Amino acid sequence: MAAESQMEQLIVENVMKELAKRGLMGNGSPNQVEMPEKAAGAQPKTEPYRESGDDPLTIPDITGIWVPNPENLEAIKVMKQATPARIGLYRAGTRPKTGAMLKFMADHAQAMDAVFLDVSEEFLQKMNLFLVDTMAQDKEEFLKRPELGRKLSREGEKMIKEKCEKNPQVQILVVDGLSSSSIEANVPDVLPALTQGLTAAGIKVGTPFFIKNGRVGVQDHVGKLLNAEVVVSLIGERPGLVTADSMSAYIIYSPDENTVEADRTVFSNIHQGGTPPAEAGAHLVDVIKRILQAKASGMKLNQ
Amino acid sequence: MNLKANISNKVFAFNSVKEVLAKANEEKSGDLLAGIGAASASERVAAKLVLSNLTLEDIYNNPVVPYDEDEVTRVIYDGLNTTVYNRIKNWTVGELREYILDSDTGNEDLKQLGRGLTSEMIAAVAKLMSNMDLVYAAKKIIIQAHCNTTIGVPGTLAFRNQPNHPTDSIDGIMASTKEGLSFGSGDAVIGINPVEDNVETVARILTTVKEFMEKWQIPTQNCVLAHITTQMKAVEKGAPADILFQSVAGSQSANDAFGVTAAMLEEAYELAKVKGTGTGPNLLYFETGQGSEISLDCHHGADELTMEARTYGFARKFSPFMVNNVSGFIGPETIYDGREVIRADLEDLFMGKLHGLPMGIAPCYTNHMKADQNDQEIGTMLCAMAGSNYFMGVPGGDDIMLSYQDTSYHDDASVREILGLKPLPEFEKWLEEMGIMENGRLGKRAGDPSIFDK
Repeated sequence: MAAESQMEQLIVENVMKELAKRGLMGNGSPNQVEMPEKAAGAQPKTEPYRESGDDPLTIPDITGIWVPNPENLEAIKVMKQATPARIGLYRAGTRPKTGAMLKFMADHAQAMDAVFLDVSEEFLQKMNLFLVDTMAQDKEEFLKRPELGRKLSREGEKMIKEKCEKNPQVQILVVDGLSSSSIEANVPDVLPALTQGLTAAGIKVGTPFFIKNGRVGVQDHVGKLLNAEVVVSLIGERPGLVTADSMSAYIIYSPDENTVEADRTVFSNIHQGGTPPAEAGAHLVDVIKRILQAKASGMKLNQ
Repeated sequence: MNLKANISNKVFAFNSVKEVLAKANEEKSGDLLAGIGAASASERVAAKLVLSNLTLEDIYNNPVVPYDEDEVTRVIYDGLNTTVYNRIKNWTVGELREYILDSDTGNEDLKQLGRGLTSEMIAAVAKLMSNMDLVYAAKKIIIQAHCNTTIGVPGTLAFRNQPNHPTDSIDGIMASTKEGLSFGSGDAVIGINPVEDNVETVARILTTVKEFMEKWQIPTQNCVLAHITTQMKAVEKGAPADILFQSVAGSQSANDAFGVTAAMLEEAYELAKVKGTGTGPNLLYFETGQGSEISLDCHHGADELTMEARTYGFARKFSPFMVNNVSGFIGPETIYDGREVIRADLEDLFMGKLHGLPMGIAPCYTNHMKADQNDQEIGTMLCAMAGSNYFMGVPGGDDIMLSYQDTSYHDDASVREILGLKPLPEFEKWLEEMGIMENGRLGKRAGDPSIFDK
């Protein structure tokens, strides 16, 4: 009980200090804060909001060790170095501490937004990519019906035929897949590196564009439509809590009705904490050169 | 059989028992993906009405995959207790529901009843039950199993400590193991999903965990969830495994995709008996989930709930120590949101128990599902009320290897305290000795993983 009331007092003090910092209360000492009176008719003082001038709050850092008086602090440090798992963050009763809960919520929010929000129009304009729809009408249908994300819409087909160069050696696609934020985070570095690298090698690159609500398999449809020798898709991966910004490149040589998943060459984990995007662009150029030379991709390339 | 029903002056006519089963299912994205779900709320209730009037014999005569074509169907029918079945075959599914819910129908009655029901019958009655029906019925059924310790003891709730690591780092795995144990998680099993499915990795993890269990005298089981053939090779080479794991499904073709057959599981069980370190008699651990057959296109036109029931019909042949349901892991194309996953978890828990299986549930979700932590916590509390034998325990609820969210070490301790449930008896004693628990609650040392590094 003693510990609980001590904790309670600590919390009260911290809240008061925080309020004081934001200019909502007189000063930091709880003793000097006037509490609303309980007498009938007493009104809480309403003060106008004043900007504190402090930096905005940031999501709590969970890299620290929150266990009070641990048996062996050094041992927990070593443990935390050994795994990115959420450990050593102690508890509030049986529940997570507030900071750990907020960090989890923030990570999940980022993952959800990566999946459910669209790539912005401003981004597409800046990257000079026009937008093509698949048969999936919206995100819900896209998630529930994977096959619809593998087929271009009628209007999409028409637009591609009008706007794209036919018979390219390499057709580049940007596809949102399961993470729009990974596209905005990585494409600005990967796409120029990839395009310039291929062009410098004398390879004829088609007109790149963006596919909304698209899956990996949509590249087969595009490849057939434009008679592309190679199609490379830069596509958002399913987000985890560690990063929502991981992107993959799927490369297929001359896709047709007989194409199977094993025919695709995959390069995954493109993000700042994995393969950095600029590096990934240069690497993809080398892979595509090999594919053009071997006239094969995926498992067939490795044979 | 009457396969027609009139709902609000509209007549719905169905062509087969399989179609009735599919359309009577509560809404799941997988059934719609497969093109077999009800097209409207009225059609769904029409199918439930038709289903409630079918007899158990009607269902017996119409397995969703024919006996001659499918090993799972054969396992279900060959293992059926015909004495019980013959006694009840004239019951309608509606009558079966009322018998299950009857106040005078107890644990022993339901366990015997289950022996005489095919998986399709158990699926059928689950479709006529609301969420509270499912909790009420599941709660009555107590299924225990024994490996080194006994799971499913009334008044207890156990946990699998799941300390996965993205590169199988032993130090990383042991760090999370210690964290989990310090919250009282790990009495069901300390079970690791490896990234690398090879004999060396499996053997290394099994050995390290086993040595740790011995050093600290922890009364539990160890397991590494690689493909069963990899675990068997590791055991042949002398790796210490208490229980052997495999994912299973509700049709032969789906099991083919998982690379597993009934003969292989029998062989694994025999190997665990003669070479394993578990006491037994229950030596296997299965994972299942609604939607796996639909994802693999191996569902034979049947709905995902019925296929899941058949998975349990297959699993019960091998008397496992634990069966874990991971319906929320498969993705939004089969389970779209929080509502669907909570429903699936409750259906699966009830159906597994009526099959006589020691069921646990992983009320979990992936980041591309329309579900969040609140949905998961509701599912967990309901499944605990319904008498789930165990849940998972993942550091902070975030599985950094499998990239999905599952119950955390914190949730484990919370559910026990909320519902007054205890760890398995031997494990509780160990927790008290370690100072992790005091008087049935988390003690002062709980949450400090360095108590194992004095």
